[in-house]
Amino acid sequence: MKFAVIVFPGSNCDYDMVNALRDVLHATADLVPATATSLAGYDAVILPGGFSYGDYLRSGAIARFAPIMAAVKAVAATGKPVVGICNGFQVLTEAGLLPGALQANRTAKFICKTSPLRIANAETQFTSAYGTTTEIALPIAHGEGNYYCDEATLAELRANHQIVFEYVDNPNGSTANIAGVMNQAGNVLGMMPHPERAVEAILGSTDGLGIFQSMLTHEEVANA
Amino acid sequence: MLKQRTLSPTELRDSKAYRDWGLTDAEYRLLTDEVLERLPNYTEAGLFSGMWSEHCSYKNSKPVLKKFWTQGEQVLEGPGEGAGIIDIGDGQAVVFKAESHNHPSAVEPYEGAATGVGGIIRDIFSMGARPIALLDSLRFGEPTDAHTKYLISQVVAGIGGYGNCIGIPTIGGDTVFDASYQKNPLVNAMCVGILDQADIQKGQATGIGNSVIYVGAKTGRDGINGASFASAEFNDAKASQRSAVQVGDPFMEKLLMDACLEVIHEHQAVLIGIQDMGAAGLVSSSAEMASKAGSGLELNLDLVPQRETGMIPFELMLSESQERMLLCVKAGAEAEIYQVFEKYGLDAVTIGKVTDGHQYQLFHHGKLVADVPVDALATKAPVYQRDKKRPARLNHQSHHQFMPRIVDATGALKKMLQQPTIASKASLYETYDSQVQTNTVVKPGSDAGVIRIRHTDKALAVTTDVNGRYLYLNPRVGGEIAVAEAARNIVASGGLPLGITDCLNYGNPEKPDQFYDLDESAMGIARACQLFNTPVISGNVSLNNESNGEAIYPTPMIGMVGLIKHQKDITTSDFKHAGDAVYVLGTTGADFNGTELQKMLTGSIAGELFDFDLVTENRNQRLLLAAIQKGLVASAHDVSEGGLITTIAESCFPQNLGVELTSDLPAANFFAETQSRFVISVTPEHQAAFEQMMEPYATYLGKVTAADRLLVRTADQDFDLKVSFAKQLWEGALPCLLS
Repeated sequence: MKFAVIVFPGSNCDYDMVNALRDVLHATADLVPATATSLAGYDAVILPGGFSYGDYLRSGAIARFAPIMAAVKAVAATGKPVVGICNGFQVLTEAGLLPGALQANRTAKFICKTSPLRIANAETQFTSAYGTTTEIALPIAHGEGNYYCDEATLAELRANHQIVFEYVDNPNGSTANIAGVMNQAGNVLGMMPHPERAVEAILGSTDGLGIFQSMLTHEEVANA
Repeated sequence: MLKQRTLSPTELRDSKAYRDWGLTDAEYRLLTDEVLERLPNYTEAGLFSGMWSEHCSYKNSKPVLKKFWTQGEQVLEGPGEGAGIIDIGDGQAVVFKAESHNHPSAVEPYEGAATGVGGIIRDIFSMGARPIALLDSLRFGEPTDAHTKYLISQVVAGIGGYGNCIGIPTIGGDTVFDASYQKNPLVNAMCVGILDQADIQKGQATGIGNSVIYVGAKTGRDGINGASFASAEFNDAKASQRSAVQVGDPFMEKLLMDACLEVIHEHQAVLIGIQDMGAAGLVSSSAEMASKAGSGLELNLDLVPQRETGMIPFELMLSESQERMLLCVKAGAEAEIYQVFEKYGLDAVTIGKVTDGHQYQLFHHGKLVADVPVDALATKAPVYQRDKKRPARLNHQSHHQFMPRIVDATGALKKMLQQPTIASKASLYETYDSQVQTNTVVKPGSDAGVIRIRHTDKALAVTTDVNGRYLYLNPRVGGEIAVAEAARNIVASGGLPLGITDCLNYGNPEKPDQFYDLDESAMGIARACQLFNTPVISGNVSLNNESNGEAIYPTPMIGMVGLIKHQKDITTSDFKHAGDAVYVLGTTGADFNGTELQKMLTGSIAGELFDFDLVTENRNQRLLLAAIQKGLVASAHDVSEGGLITTIAESCFPQNLGVELTSDLPAANFFAETQSRFVISVTPEHQAAFEQMMEPYATYLGKVTAADRLLVRTADQDFDLKVSFAKQLWEGALPCLLS
């Protein structure tokens, strides 16, 4: 599986993601600048965390207009996996690839800590590797991670099993404790927690590995 | 267009307007009579006011800084460049420096703190290093009044706002509250970077005809003459000096950092020198680059990227607009450099060149507006040997130590855990991204932050420390203790101390009793550094930290970096498993003057500081480090403010473990702040080997338990309470005070 990790000006978890994919998961991963217009040849696209274009306006509001976004939308339309983490999640909602929006945390402060999560849907191409595990803990680090959607959207998310991760102790005020959601087709995932920060025991946790392992397994099965 | 009025040379002389820029009459006369042998014009006098400020010239502190020990075979670059560099083996090196932003943070706390972080980051990457960690050492007044609460929330937000966005983890620091800092908060930021030794850069401009290239943000009217502002004493009348504070843009700095590192790594053949535009902006960076190389320099100010119209040379040269760097590049290679910056959407403009001779010449609108010797600016500032007089407060009648009466040991512990200085700082540091770059092994909250060095078995431990109260009671011994405590934190984390940086925060050096504090503590720091083999490789001086005549406690912040050779040695302060044995290494005395307990019970600190012995300190540190390296230690926590009982409680909290301990000391002594001690836990299988190694310096206290109970039986009373409750008090105190 060949990953493209998109680098917006101001992305700062781009290298972390590439390091996790290459060094730990031994996958192929390239950094692709936001000025690129094609993602041909890639099997999966990841929008990493950071502060795209400084995020002085609203997180992800400018990044959605980056040249690469048309290609990201095209990849999503083909059914290949697209994952947005933290700022990447914000960009995906701004770009209309995922429902809802991310507001400032309820505390109005940036929060960096480890947050326990319930795996709300274990039967996705992003969570299948977790098996019978129902709860994991992943680092969060964001100022605008308070997920919002209206009642109707929430009902739809629930009906379609689009909620993938829920906070156990909601740190930021998210609607329905939502930490991660996917699109209706199940190939676009957005999540505020950082799985790439939890792939090595020396850094305190390997709970994030499952997401990438699920993606790798899903692709193998698909290609078999 | 805003029209600036300038004064003619004679008007300037007669009106003495230079005084407003921080130049004294004597310094002005030195300029006219010896350095220039003529009257300086408005621009020239402005250049000298910036360059001869304490912030840029160290004119008051130079004789003191000379006392520091800066040697050591590990030192690759000592004080003088943007930051110091230390060898960590395998062709790699660690670069670090700390800088104060006290005055800006007092008037504009968010931007003051944010730009403090931004400035220190530039110092690190200007050396060719990739920044890998940030720390912040903060001092505030008691968090009770509305203004102090505002300062705290804004400073913390500013630090997070900058560090989080640029993507450098904030992994440590320290925060202390004391009325001494009420009107004069301290905001000291430290940055650590690593680099391959082949990439080490210098801030120099050599080679006649080579180009001086300005890169990064445009120049505006922010922070005009900020270096002079930072070097002046505060009073209420000056509280409106907001224009002297800069505004930060971490997004811009991230682009600038990435672009500069790309130039350093991929265009080294044409890069001659690189320097941050920090204090005193364009004049300081350019004059220093030329002076270090023994070159002349000419700049055409019309070419400087400007964000405002009608800026005069004085403003252009002394603006402290952020996120700007100056490069010296081989003539003919400019386009190659422009291309890199263009990719990041940044300005890169050739604004001048290295010249024959030794003059510093500025052109504006086709006219020569300044023409002075380079060295006059960069190295000819006067140096003052200030008078020193022992302050009256240090004259004690006896060596008497405060004797606390503790009638309710458990109650005293509960109260202690809620003292702002002792209480958990999680509510502050959880607003900093401590994990970005995915190298953080030990996050904030332990003795030192630890970052692994990717693709090696090594890690770095980093910490900041100083207890101003100890220095207030005895500046020399307090200075020794500041270094000792930093080293203790490094050692408790499994590291070998490598070197230090410092921010020397003091009062007014022109007052002999305040200069005494600076000079004496420098001697203490120097002696400790030599003993621990931790040379001073960089730092900064912040004087005139006094408000309306009252100085802060002498507060030399020590930032220390240690090397952990093998990642298996990384040690944290929390107890790991029930059944582990608990020891205290070092002896405990009835040492209470200057302690948190004295302050808690009497409202202030007083008396002569307790005894301290560097040799004992060093021995205990070596013992612990050897035990860690042998794999005998499960946890280690240095004993500092709040004493032994506070240290024990803190070790219980992270894993929610209890203890059952017994001691023949009286309960009060569990709050003593005798130095050179550690609380250590050891698994049963390693107990025998540990005891043999530590004999007779460590004392067995008891066991870690799985029970929700902290029980310590002392000679007179028991400390006995639920760990969960104690933790709740400790965690809840600061959020409650600051809400």
